Amino acid sequence: MNAHRTSPEASSPAASEPSAPTGPEGSPSSVPSPSAPTGPEASPSGAPAKISFRDVSCHFPVKGGVFTAVDRVSLHVGEREFVAVVGPSGCGKSTLLNMAAGLVAPTSGEVVVDGRPVTGPGPDRGVIFQQYALFPWLTVRRNVEFGLRVAGVRGAERRRRADEAIALVGLGDFADALPKTLSGGMKQRCAIARAYAVDPDVLLMDEPFGALDSLTRVQLQDQLLDTWSRRTRTVVFVTHDVEEAVYLAGRVVVMAARPGRVHRVVEVPLPYPRTEHTRLSPEFAALRNEVWSAVHHQDNPVEAPAD
Amino acid sequence: MTAGQPRKAVADAGRIPGDAPRGPAAADAPGSGGPAVALAKPDPAALDRPGVAATRAARPARPARRVPAPLLNAVSLAAGVGVWALLAAHGVGGLPGPAAVARRAEQMLRDGTLEGDMLASLRRVLAGFVLGSVLAVVVGFLMGWYPVVRALCEPYVQFFRTIPPLALIPVAVVLMGIGETPKIFVIFLAAFLSTVVATLQGVVGVDRTLINAARVLGARDFAVFLRVVIPAAAPFILVGMRIGLGSAWATVVAAELIAAQEGLGFRMQHAETYYDLDTIFVGLVAIGVLGLVMDRLLLLAENRLTRWQERR
Repeated sequence: MNAHRTSPEASSPAASEPSAPTGPEGSPSSVPSPSAPTGPEASPSGAPAKISFRDVSCHFPVKGGVFTAVDRVSLHVGEREFVAVVGPSGCGKSTLLNMAAGLVAPTSGEVVVDGRPVTGPGPDRGVIFQQYALFPWLTVRRNVEFGLRVAGVRGAERRRRADEAIALVGLGDFADALPKTLSGGMKQRCAIARAYAVDPDVLLMDEPFGALDSLTRVQLQDQLLDTWSRRTRTVVFVTHDVEEAVYLAGRVVVMAARPGRVHRVVEVPLPYPRTEHTRLSPEFAALRNEVWSAVHHQDNPVEAPAD
Repeated sequence: MTAGQPRKAVADAGRIPGDAPRGPAAADAPGSGGPAVALAKPDPAALDRPGVAATRAARPARPARRVPAPLLNAVSLAAGVGVWALLAAHGVGGLPGPAAVARRAEQMLRDGTLEGDMLASLRRVLAGFVLGSVLAVVVGFLMGWYPVVRALCEPYVQFFRTIPPLALIPVAVVLMGIGETPKIFVIFLAAFLSTVVATLQGVVGVDRTLINAARVLGARDFAVFLRVVIPAAAPFILVGMRIGLGSAWATVVAAELIAAQEGLGFRMQHAETYYDLDTIFVGLVAIGVLGLVMDRLLLLAENRLTRWQERR
C-alpha cells in the first residue's frame, strides 16, 4: 500500500521548507513569494506535493491582544500520503486543517492544493469533523447523498454512488435510519461515507475518533485503513492520540503550542496493511515512544510574539 | 434509574436459563431490584424456552399499568362540566348551566349565526396569521442570515414586541377605518411578532459545524440556506407559529369586540348588551374549541416535520 513511499531516508526531510525558517526565531517579515514554483516542494516520496502549507500563519483576535494559533508553518503532504498531525491542545493542529479545508483563512502565507491556492471549501477536499456533523433530519442514505445532490448528480446514479459509499463503511443495514438512532461509531462511519461519496482527492480528518470509546476507536481505525487501502486518498489526520497517529499514518507531524508550529516530523516506515500485529510489534512501540516524547517533552515554548 | 431497572431485569432473565438456572438468579436479585426476585423460583418449563422465561419475567418488571392520558382528559372534562352544572344549579350570579348553553348553541347553529360568526372570525385569523407568519419567516431568515438586516430590523421588532397588539387597535381603527383591514392588520402584527423572533433564534442557532459540513461537501450559499438552515430552523419556526396563532386568536376576539358586524367577539359583545349570558358562553366555548383545534393541527404538523429531533 505504501508503494509511493520509496525513500524513507531522512527522518524529517520536507517538513520545513528550506527557504522559510519556522519557529519563533524566524524573521516575521519573511513572506513567501506567492509565485513560488511547486518544483522544489516535494513530499518524501519525491512526488510533487498534493497539499502545501507555505509559511502559513493564523492569528485570532482575543481580549487584549492577538492569539497566534499557527505561526509560520510550512508543510508538504504528498499525493496519497497519510499524514497525522499530533500535538497538545492549542497547538493549532485543527486550525491548520481548517485552513486546508478553506474554512479558516490564513492571516499570512497560503495553502496550496493541487497547485491552486485554497480560497474556500470545496468538494475536492472532504472534511470529517469530530462532532460527526450529520444532518439530523436526513437518513444515512440522504446524508451520504448530500454532496452528490448539491453537485447535481441525479436519480439512479446518485443512489448507486451513495450505496457504494455506505457499503464501503459497512452501514448497509442502516441506510434508512435517522442519525439519532445510530451510535457514535456508526455516526462517524456515516460521515466518512458521506465524505467518500463525492470522491474527494483529499480527506481532512479533525480528531474524528476523539469522542469515541477506545474499543470503537480501534475498530474505526482499522476500518479507516481498510477503506483507505481500497480507495487511497491523500489524508491529513489530526489527533491528540499518539498511538492512533503512529498506527494510521506514514508520517507523523508533531506540533508545539504557543505559538502553534511544527516541532518534529517522524517517519513511520511500518508496512501497510497494518494490523493488531503491527500494534503489538516492538517497532511500533519504539515509534510510539519517539512521538510520545516529542509531544510531551517539547523544548520550552517561547512566548508568542504578540504583534 | 427506574427506566434502567426493568431492562436489566429482562437481560438477566434472558441469560439465566442458558447459563445456570437457580444460583445466579438469586444472586442477581438484590442488584436488579424487585422483578428478579420472581426468578428465584423459575418455572421448570420455562427453562427449556428461554424466550418464554424472558417475557414472563419481564411482565412484572413493567411499570404499574398507566391510565391512558386521553381517558384522564375525558374524565377531567366531564368533572369540569359537572362542577359547572352544580355551580349553575345553585344559582351563582345567574350563571347559565351547560344544558342551557348547549340549547342556545343548537339554536344558533340552526339559524346559522354560530357558523357565520365562526367563519368570520376564522377568516380574519387565517388571513392575518398566514400573512404574518409568511412575512415573519422571510424577515426572520434575512435577519438571521445578514447581520446588516438584523441590525436594521431588530430595534423595530423588539419595540413592537413590547406593545400588546391590542393597544394598536385604536391607532389601526383611526388610520384604516372600521372595515376588515384594521382587524386583519392587528392580527397580522400579533402573528408576525411571535414568529419573527422564533425564526431569528432558529437561524442564528444553526450549528456552525453543519453549515461547514455542507460547504465542504460543495454546497454554495443558496444550497446551504435551502438544505441546512431551513430544516435546522424548522422546529423553532413551528414553535413560533404556534405561539403566533395563539396570539392571533386572542387578538381577533378583542378586535371584534371593538367594531364588527359579525364574528364571535362581535356576537358576545352584542349579547352583553342584552344580558344574554347563554350566547356569551357559546361564544367562549367556540373560541376555546376552535383555538384548541388549530393548535393541535399545528402540533401535528410540527411532530411530523421534526420527527428527526432527539427528544429529551
